[in-house]
Amino acid sequence: MTTVALKPATMAQALTRALRDAMAADPSVHVMGEDVGTLGGVFRITDGLAKEFGEDRCTDTPLAEAGILGAAVGMAMYGLRPVVEMQFDAFAYPAFEQLASHVAKMRNRTRGKMPLPITIRIPYGGGIGGVEHHSDASEAYYMATPGLHVVTPATVADAYGLLRASIASDDPVVFLEPKRLYWSKDTWNPDDPQTVEPVGRAVVRRTGRSATLITYGPSVPVCLEAAEAARAEGWELEVVDLRSLVPFDDETVCASVRRTGRAVVVHESGGFGGPGGEIAARVTERCFHHLEAPVLRVAGFDLPYPPPMLERHHLPGVDRILDAVARLQWEAES
Amino acid sequence: MTVMEQRGAYRPSPPPAWQPRTDPAPLLPDAEPYRVLGTEAAAEADPELLRRLYAQLVLGRRYNTQATALTKQGRLAVYPSSTGQEACEVAAALALEERDWLFPSYRDTLAVVARGVDPVEALTLLRGDWHTGYDPYEHRVAPLSTPLATQLPHAVGLAHAARLKGHDVVALAMIGDGGTSEGDFHEALNFAAVWQAPVVFLVQNNGFAISVPLAKQTAAPSLAHKAVGYGMPGRLVDGNDAAAVHEVLADAVRNARAGGGPTLIEAVTYRIDAHTNADDATRYRGDAEVEAWREHDPVQLLERELTGRGLLDEDGVSAAREDAEAMAARLRERMNQDAPLDPMDLFAHVYAEPTPQLREQRDQLVAELRAESEEGTAR
Repeated sequence: MTTVALKPATMAQALTRALRDAMAADPSVHVMGEDVGTLGGVFRITDGLAKEFGEDRCTDTPLAEAGILGAAVGMAMYGLRPVVEMQFDAFAYPAFEQLASHVAKMRNRTRGKMPLPITIRIPYGGGIGGVEHHSDASEAYYMATPGLHVVTPATVADAYGLLRASIASDDPVVFLEPKRLYWSKDTWNPDDPQTVEPVGRAVVRRTGRSATLITYGPSVPVCLEAAEAARAEGWELEVVDLRSLVPFDDETVCASVRRTGRAVVVHESGGFGGPGGEIAARVTERCFHHLEAPVLRVAGFDLPYPPPMLERHHLPGVDRILDAVARLQWEAES
Repeated sequence: MTVMEQRGAYRPSPPPAWQPRTDPAPLLPDAEPYRVLGTEAAAEADPELLRRLYAQLVLGRRYNTQATALTKQGRLAVYPSSTGQEACEVAAALALEERDWLFPSYRDTLAVVARGVDPVEALTLLRGDWHTGYDPYEHRVAPLSTPLATQLPHAVGLAHAARLKGHDVVALAMIGDGGTSEGDFHEALNFAAVWQAPVVFLVQNNGFAISVPLAKQTAAPSLAHKAVGYGMPGRLVDGNDAAAVHEVLADAVRNARAGGGPTLIEAVTYRIDAHTNADDATRYRGDAEVEAWREHDPVQLLERELTGRGLLDEDGVSAAREDAEAMAARLRERMNQDAPLDPMDLFAHVYAEPTPQLREQRDQLVAELRAESEEGTAR
């Protein structure tokens, strides 16, 4: 039996390593975007790649998101695997037409003849004090676009594994990077980093019998903290990290809800028309007879992302999650 | 002491000297569209090429009239005719080598067919049985793009990728005058110029973006002038002169293949038919204007040149027309057959592997179809 050397590492380091390993393993992998070359990206995720693999494979592009993604489409048509960086969530919007009209549809419109293996990395979500346009939780737009995979890691190991799996995927993947977790550390084995196969499986991060918190990306650590705090109230909360919003892992989610009978969906994105509505509906349709209470949502408010000095009031925190958990004692109230 | 009091002693340093990146003069298009037919340059043109262009023009014209007729019979959902613009379509296809790529927009069916794509498969999108009927890799033709200008960056990316792989492949991207106002047009041209990608952009300026005339589309001296702002040459050509369009395109393709970077070509032409069969062009333009352009018809221009120089006789003209009639008859016959449709195709190509959700929905449709067929049997 070999002992595995687990070392502390940041999510940013794991992402960089994933890009480097993917480029080393497959010469068709090309990284491109604004500032990804010499600077190494504003979050330094692409640090060192241009030096190691050359500017042809880690390319500083003109500042134009539609052009970046549109050019990636043509590169993928010719057999490359572009990994595109959109610098911030709200900067990706100019590329939305390319994403919705071409990236998501090309396999379908050509009856499978022209798949587009493009990975679109988007740092997303709040919590880092970013000014306007630097903190949007835009996942609902991507989830609502058939043809795209949408994944988001919450741990260092998943950041590596999911990114490798996304780059290896023959379908386009919107890879949402929770930017406030970039510098979060956990233990990871950099000598034997594992990929995640297949994309589309959720994972139970913490087991419990009282209720399930269904969450993903930046809200996973918040939910784990809430679960810890809830023990004082006598609640044993299970925390399910979705990892992949599309495809959605009904199996893992519903198995958990059937065990606990209660569920709260937690995310930063606004509640109205947000992922939580879809998740709550899916859980209700599949687990109605197991539910002791309605599926509740703890989401960001339905407003444009607030200025940094106010974002703590907007983001779902431990207290708001615990309030929802308290409301799950439905029978007692009604 | 205040800043104002200091003024006498203040010596501002001059800004660093401005260095233009490139001399704009060679990039500028000529004032007049380039012409070959009816000029001395025609004598230099290869007779064999002119005959090939002619045969394709006649076929193209007939294809346009046949496809328009098929809309009236309900066999096509819609058809954007390129009657009047056939020279651009034909020259575009003939200027490319087999290994090159074409990125057409929705009006460019003729260029697609001239590349070798099956004429019925080229109409699949417009017929409505699927979004793209042909395999893009078979003849290196991207799907017909309905969103405007969005296929231009694809052409840039593909050409760039080919060059990275060491292949001397050129991408030709076609677009209309209206599409030059889109952001993707700008981003594609900018990327192409910065990357020196082997791409040729062909703008068919047919006068109108549906109903909006060029004067309301742009204030530029010409659409070809837009090139200079990106640092690439702009070329202006008579879009109804097949020999001229071919020459200018072939030059640009050669230059791109040799590593000379992208070119923007504006072909000045005219859409004789309405935007599509569903459009009423009389609301935005007069008959006199259309008639004036009919006098400058691309098929007639080339036919006159060829017959005038003894390169084509009456028999040759008849033979070309007979070929076109035969093509139209085949097209009619095949389009009048109902295409077999498989509803399971709906789920087949969304992802490499269907998601669990799509598998469930596919099963639902299977059940619905079974119920439908059992109901049919019961009746």
